[in-house]
This record gives sequence, C-alpha cells and structure tokens, in this order.
Amino acid sequence: MMVQSAAPVLKHTAQDGAAEAIHVENLHKKFGELHVLKGVSLSARDGEVIAIIGGSGSGKSTLLRCINCLENPTSGIIRVNGEEIKLKADSHGHTIPADRKQIERIRSKLGMVFQNFNLWSHMTLIENVIEVPVHVLGIKRDVAISEAEKLLARVGLAEKRDVYPAYLSGGQQQRAAIARALAINPRVMLFDEPTSALDPELVGEVLKVIGDLAREGRTMVLVTHEMKFAREVATHVVYLYNGLVEEEGPPEQIFGAPKSERLKQFIRNIG
Amino acid sequence: MPPTQPSAVRASTSGATLIDALLSASAAGIIELLSPNPPGWGGTLLVGLLHSIEIALGATCLGLLIGTGGAYGKLYGGPVVRDLLAVYTTIVRAVPELVLILLLYYAGTDLINQALTAMGYQRVDISGLAAGIAVLGFVQGAYSTEVIRGAILAIPQGQIEAARAYGMSPGLLLRRITLPAMLPFAIPGLANLWLIATKDTALLAVVGFYELALATRQAAGVTKAYFTFFFAAGVLYLLLSLFSNLIIGRVEAWSRRGMPSLKEAR
Repeated sequence: MMVQSAAPVLKHTAQDGAAEAIHVENLHKKFGELHVLKGVSLSARDGEVIAIIGGSGSGKSTLLRCINCLENPTSGIIRVNGEEIKLKADSHGHTIPADRKQIERIRSKLGMVFQNFNLWSHMTLIENVIEVPVHVLGIKRDVAISEAEKLLARVGLAEKRDVYPAYLSGGQQQRAAIARALAINPRVMLFDEPTSALDPELVGEVLKVIGDLAREGRTMVLVTHEMKFAREVATHVVYLYNGLVEEEGPPEQIFGAPKSERLKQFIRNIG
Repeated sequence: MPPTQPSAVRASTSGATLIDALLSASAAGIIELLSPNPPGWGGTLLVGLLHSIEIALGATCLGLLIGTGGAYGKLYGGPVVRDLLAVYTTIVRAVPELVLILLLYYAGTDLINQALTAMGYQRVDISGLAAGIAVLGFVQGAYSTEVIRGAILAIPQGQIEAARAYGMSPGLLLRRITLPAMLPFAIPGLANLWLIATKDTALLAVVGFYELALATRQAAGVTKAYFTFFFAAGVLYLLLSLFSNLIIGRVEAWSRRGMPSLKEAR
C-alpha cells in the first residue's frame, strides 16, 4: 500500500510510476436496445482518486458497476490488478463472467459503497463489518472483530457496534458501509453516488470520511454529484456524456477551464 | 356402584342424589377411559399424537428443503427448471391432498418395489413413517416453494447485490444473506403450513398409519365412548397448536431482530 502525505496539495504526485489498479478499455454496455456505454476507457493507478461525473443517464453508475461485474459488459476489456476478467457469451448471447471463482476473487478486492448503503439488515454493524473478512476471506473471527472495532471507531461509530442498521440515520449507515468496505482491505474503493440518498445535513459527515481516505492515498473510483467535493479530492476527473467520455483531465482543468461546450453547460447547471 | 334402593327411587329428593351419583360415576369413568395405563386408552392416544408430531416434523423439514430449492429454481433457474417446478407446484396444489396421499402412497410404494424387482432386488416393506413423511413432505414442498419465493422477492435486492459485490459464492450468499433475510417475510406463511401439516397427518389414517386420528377411532370404536375420545383428540390438537404458536412467536421475534417494531411506526 502506498502511503502519501496527508496534505491535499500533494495529491497529484507520483502517479506515473504507480501500478495500474483498474484498467477499462473500449467498454460497451447494452440493456436490450438501449446502448448505455459506447466505448469507454478508464484507468486508475495506485493512489489515484478518479471522479466520474455526468448527467443522469450518462452511464456513470453503469460504468462503475461493470468494473466488478455487477453489470456484465457487452464487450470490452476490464483489468483489475493487472488481471483481465474473463468473459464469455451465454446461450442467449449475453456476456457473462467465464470463471465464477475469478470474479469472486476480484470482487473481494474491490470495496463497493452503494447509494442506498445496502447493509445487511439482519446483522448488527460489527457483524456487517466482519461478515466478508470471516466468511469470504477466511480471517479468524477474533482478529476480524478487533479490526472491525478499529474501523467503526474510525468512522465514528464505535458505540454503535451492536446496533442494527435500521435504527441508524442514513449518514451513520453509509459510514458503516464504508467501514464494511475497508474491512476487506480493498485494492480499490468503488463509490456509487455515496451521498445521493442522504438528507443534505448528513452529506458532510460522509464526505469527510471519504475525503480522509482520499488524502491518505486510497485508490478510489467515485461516481458523484458533489462537484465541489470532486474538485477537492479527485486527482483525475472523467466527464461522461451519453455513454462516452466527453472530456477528462485534472480537476483544475475540468472545473476551471472546461473545453467541451457540454461540460461547460453541465458545470453551469450544477453550480 | 351399590344397587339403588327401590324406596329411594320413589323419593323425588333422592332423584337428585342419583343424578349426582351417575354424573360423578361417568366423570370417574371418563378419567378411567382416558387413563394412560390399560385398560385406559390415554396411552394409545398419546402414542398416536407422538406419531402425528413425528410425521408433521419430518414432512415440514422435507417441505422446507424442497421449498428452498424450488424457490431458488423458480427465481434463478433456467427455463427447463422453471417449467418443471411450475408443473410440480401447479399439480400438487390443484389435486386434493387426500387423493395425492392415496396416489403417492400406493402407487409410490408399488413403483419402488417394481423398480427393485426389475433390478433384481427383494421387495421391501416401506415403513408407514417414511412413506407418510415423504408423501406429506412432497405436498408441503409445493406450498413452501411459493411462500419462500415470495419471501425472497421481499428482500431489498440491494442486500443481495452487496453480497455479490463482495465476492460471496452462491452457496455462501444463500446461507448467510438470503435465508436469514427472507425469514421474517416467510415465517407467517410457513407457520400456517406447519399447523396444516400437524392436522394433515390425520389424512394418513386412510392408508393405515397409526396416528392420532386412527388411535382415536380405535379407542372410540372399542369403548363406544365416541364423544369422549374425539373431544380428547380435539384437545390434544389444540394443545399442539397452542404450543406451536408459542415457539413460532419466539422464532418470528428472533427473525425480525433487525427490524423496528411496527407499533413505533404507527
């Protein structure tokens, strides 16, 4: 794991020599007749924070969900950790993962955080956090519990360890979901609009946790509507329009000096 | 009972005494009839009840296994699996249980024995218990399939998706997420099926399985005390239901441990 300085000003350093954690090439995704992704490429090196922005229906969530095959891409190449996901066509002509074991192994290295938290409702927070380490990664229960307690403390939920998710606010649930993702010690964190389902006054507490992770050098791919936040934490911003990358670059360029007319309009509308 | 004096019969005041004496005599007779030790028939009834519970437990467990597999097959299986399961649930739920029991019991045991003789083995006597559990379990499985399928559909799908996103294999996902998460939605339906199973055991009396209904009929037939024995059997079924409700209530409360009470949301 690469450890960077906590100072946000240093966030763009040392990306070129780092290994590529995620590589997506010419990705297409069709839902029936609907062509959602029309050949998207994306790369995330260790320590990078990639923010994917774009209007509703631009395909940004679909792109993120293709990385761990929650959606199966129609065509294209996806490499995680240098390992290419093997895909094959099923009897209906849909592309599906060719090797279930491979996809499970890759998924267990990607910490996904969902818009709707998706904590397991029949488990307390501590049980949610140790579930994957114990049952998927085979870590000893007592080791997993002490790690999980540290992670819950880190997201400010130490005293809620034995509470069920339904009794918590959205912000608390999302912070617990981030602890669950961190518990697998992921190579890359994937955030799918992590604050979109939250009440405005709860957004800040979640963004603070994500921002801290970005500053300590976690590799992340983040789909978000929070432009100010993306500008603050991202090392690279990708603007998707209608299933294609319309423009990408460092946040200063994307938000400060956008070239594309659509991006200019998008930023005007959001701001 | 001492013989009644003729003078006492004539006296109207003594008449009341006689009725009292007869009543207490019949109460004593009922207790004697229901005594668990011979010549009482209570033991017979209790053995019948025990057999009924055995069959209901076995059939419910088998039904839950079939139901879980059936629900999974219907939801996630290929077209052939889905069609076969649709035929199974439709036919079993369309045919009266009594007919199914007669059909499966006689035709089923006959088929097994024919297959055995064809392969050169001896015919076997299939025990009433095994046959009863198999037949009722097969019926319960069809109903359970639909109850569990509905319950799985009621799970917020994001929870299943999260499990997939963290690399859970299908078996682990079923054991750790799907089954516990669907349980609160399935318990009311499955509790119905269990209570029906305890009473469906009475249908097995027609194929000669010695359970509570058959034991009751035998006791009543021999002693001619029909009302006494059928009433006693009714009480036993009621006690079984009440005890079941107690257990089911606890299981349901446990399965809903992550869910805020509805009373607070009212």
